[in-house]
Amino acid sequence: MLDALLVMALGAIVLGAALGYAAVRFRVEGDPLVEKIDAILPQTQCGQCGFPGCKPYAQAIAKGEAEINQCPPGGEEGIHKLADLLGREFKPLSAEHGVEKPKAVALIDEQTCIGCTLCIQACPVDAIVGAAKQMHTVIADQCTGCELCLPPCPVNCITMEPIPESVENWKWKYPVVKIVPASKVAA
Amino acid sequence: MNVVQKLFGFHGGVKPNYNKEASTRLPIAAAPAPTRLVIPLHQSIGGPPRPLVKAGDRVLKGQRIGDADGDVSSAVHASTSGTVIGVEMRLMPHTSGLSAMCVVIEPDGRDEWVERKPFDFRAATPTATRDYLRDAGVVGLGGAVFPSHLKLNAGKQGRLDTLVLNGAECEPFITCDDVLMRERADPLLRGAAIMREMLEASRVLVGIEDNKPEAIAALEAAAKRANDASIQIVAVPTRYPAGGAKQLIRALTGIEVPHGERSTDYGVQCFNVGTAYAIYEAIELGQPLISRIVTVAGNVGQARNYQVLFGTSMRDLVALCSPLPDTDRIIMGGPMMGFRMPSDDVPVVKATNCVLVGSQKLFPPPPPEMPCIRCGECAKVCPADLQPFEMYWFARARIFGKAQEYHLFDCIECGCCAYVCPSRIPLVDYYRFAKSEIWAREVEKEAADEARDRYEFRLLREEREKQEKAAKLAAKTAAGREKAAAALAEAEKPARTPEEEAKHALIAAALERAKAQKDQVHPENTGNLTPEQQAEIAAIEARRAEIREQAKPHLRQDD
Repeated sequence: MLDALLVMALGAIVLGAALGYAAVRFRVEGDPLVEKIDAILPQTQCGQCGFPGCKPYAQAIAKGEAEINQCPPGGEEGIHKLADLLGREFKPLSAEHGVEKPKAVALIDEQTCIGCTLCIQACPVDAIVGAAKQMHTVIADQCTGCELCLPPCPVNCITMEPIPESVENWKWKYPVVKIVPASKVAA
Repeated sequence: MNVVQKLFGFHGGVKPNYNKEASTRLPIAAAPAPTRLVIPLHQSIGGPPRPLVKAGDRVLKGQRIGDADGDVSSAVHASTSGTVIGVEMRLMPHTSGLSAMCVVIEPDGRDEWVERKPFDFRAATPTATRDYLRDAGVVGLGGAVFPSHLKLNAGKQGRLDTLVLNGAECEPFITCDDVLMRERADPLLRGAAIMREMLEASRVLVGIEDNKPEAIAALEAAAKRANDASIQIVAVPTRYPAGGAKQLIRALTGIEVPHGERSTDYGVQCFNVGTAYAIYEAIELGQPLISRIVTVAGNVGQARNYQVLFGTSMRDLVALCSPLPDTDRIIMGGPMMGFRMPSDDVPVVKATNCVLVGSQKLFPPPPPEMPCIRCGECAKVCPADLQPFEMYWFARARIFGKAQEYHLFDCIECGCCAYVCPSRIPLVDYYRFAKSEIWAREVEKEAADEARDRYEFRLLREEREKQEKAAKLAAKTAAGREKAAAALAEAEKPARTPEEEAKHALIAAALERAKAQKDQVHPENTGNLTPEQQAEIAAIEARRAEIREQAKPHLRQDD
C-alpha cells in the first residue's frame, strides 16, 4: 500500500518537475494567435474596423471582442482566411465598416498643395514626404491606400488613384469555357 | 565528337508533329528595316530599364536607349540609326493586350553604327565583363529572356564543371536555333568558348535533337576546326520537351535537379545556343543585342527564318512570307507554349523566337472541356514528374496553397498534359491562373509586411519623440528651479565684509561720475545755432507768448 503511494507520489513529482521545466524552457512570448491574425490583416492601418491599427484589431479579435468581418481592405478573402484560422463561421463584410474597393494610392496635386504637413502627420506608414511650406508628395510604392490623409487636407488636393493594370501586375484569368449551342456544334 | 556520350532519359514527354521542314529550306534572310521601330524598354526579366533618350534625339544603330535598372535588368539599344519620335505607351507583345513604355524610332535608312570595339574580357575582371554584357543587353534567347550576365558567374571554388548549350529546339514549327547552328557554327562555338572561360567550366556539351542532322554536322565540323577538345556535340532523342533546361541537363548529364534547387548547385549551367552567338557578337565584335533570328511559320506561303531588328512590327515581318487569306491570329512562340498576340501590330522583342501565323484550319478551336476522368495520362507525360490532375483540381477550386504543395512552381508550362488530356482540359491555363494569383498574393504579402514594419517604426518614433520632449521639459523646469534657488541663496547671504563695501562704494562713485558726464551733454537740437536762427526762434516764442496772453481770458471764462 505504502509502496504504491510512494511510487505514485514519485511519479507525480517527476512529471511535475518536467512540466515546470518545460513551462520555463519553452515559454511562448506574446500571443501567437494575435500574430497569426495580424499576418492575415492587410496592414493598411486605416482604422475602418474601429480600432487604431491592424494590431489592435487583431488583439480584439483574439479576445473575442470584435467580429471578423470589419476589415474592408482585407475583403471577403481576408474574412475567409480569418474564419478558417479561428474556426468561426464566415460572415459577409459588415456594411457599417465600409465596402471593399479596388486598391488605390493617394496622389497629391502638387500645384494645389500648400505645404501644411497635416497629411504627413496623418499617414500611418510615413509614405508622404515634405516639409512645412514645401510641396508634399506620396511615395506610391509605400502607400497602403488607407485614405487617412484625405480628411486633414485643408485644400482637398489629395485624391485616391486606383492602381492601373500593367504588364507587370497583370494576372491570368480563370479559364472560362465557352458554351456553344448544340445546334452550332452539329452544324 | 568521337567520345561516346552516355545519354539518359527524362520522364514523360510527347511527340507532336514537328512541322519544321518548311522554314529550313531557305537560308536566313535579313528582314528589311521597317519605316518605324517600336522598341519596348522592358524586354527582359528584372527591372524595367530607364529611358536615356527623348523625342527629337538622333540615335545611332546600337546606341543604348534604355539603361539597366539595377543589376537584375538588362539594357536596350536602338536597332538602327534614326530619330526618336517619342517615348510613349505602346501595345506590347503580351497576352494581356496592355501597353508599356516604348521608344519609337523613325529610321533614317543610313544604318549608321555607333563606335564598336571588341571587349577584352581576359584583361577585365569578371564583374566588369558581366557589367559589359548587361549594358550590351545580352539576355537568354531561348524565350525566357533572363539576363545572361547574372548566369555567367563562376561557382564557388570551381564547382561549375559543365556548360550545357541548348540547341534541342523541341517545339514544333520553330527552327531559328537550327538555322543558326547550320549557318553560324564557328562564331557560336567561339561564344561558347568565352562562356566556358568565364564560368571556369571544364567542358561544353551542346545538346541537339537528332532531327537536326545538318546542325549537328555543322557544329561537329566547327568543333573540329576550333580544335577544342572540351566541346562535345551530343545528339539527343527527339521528344518534346527535350529543350527544357532541366530535361536537357538530365538527358546529357544524368543529373536530376531536385525541387527548389538550381542546376548550378550541381555544377551545371545551361544557355541557349542563340545566347552563345549573342555573347560572341557582344564580346568579339562589340555589338550589343539589337536583332535576332525569328522563324515565321504556320499559315504562310513561304515559311522562313529572318534576322529581325527588335522593334519591327510582326505585321511587317509576316507580310514578307505571304500569309494565306484565312489568317486569323498571330502567336509568339510555338503551338505548345506560345502566346496569342492581342494584335498583329506588336513589335518583335528579344523573347520572340517564332512568329507563328494561325488560322481556324491550322489550329481548330479546342473542343469543349469535359470533366476530368482521373485517367492519369497527364502524370505519365509530365516531364517535371508532377501530378498535373491534382494541381488542376486545386487550381480550379482556387485552393492555391494545396496546388503549391504539389509543386505547381516546378511546372514548366510545356503543355504536354493538355496535349494528351482525353477530356481536352486546358490544364496549362489553370496553372498559369494559379501561378499568377499566388504571385500577386506574394507581392501583397510583402507590401503588407513592409507597411507593418513602417507603422511599428512610426509608433516607436512617436513614442521616442514624446519621451524626448518630456525630458526636455523636465530639464527646463529643473533649470528654472535651480535659478530661483540660487537667487534665494543670494538674498540670504550674510552682510558684506569691509573690502566688499569699499569695492561697492567705488562702483557707486564711478556710476555717479558717468551720470554727471551724461547730463553735461545736451542732446538738444537747439544747441549750436547761428544768431539769425536764434533771433527767429526768439520771435516765434514771443508770438506764442502773445497768443497765450490773448487766450487767457477765454480760458478763464471756460473754467
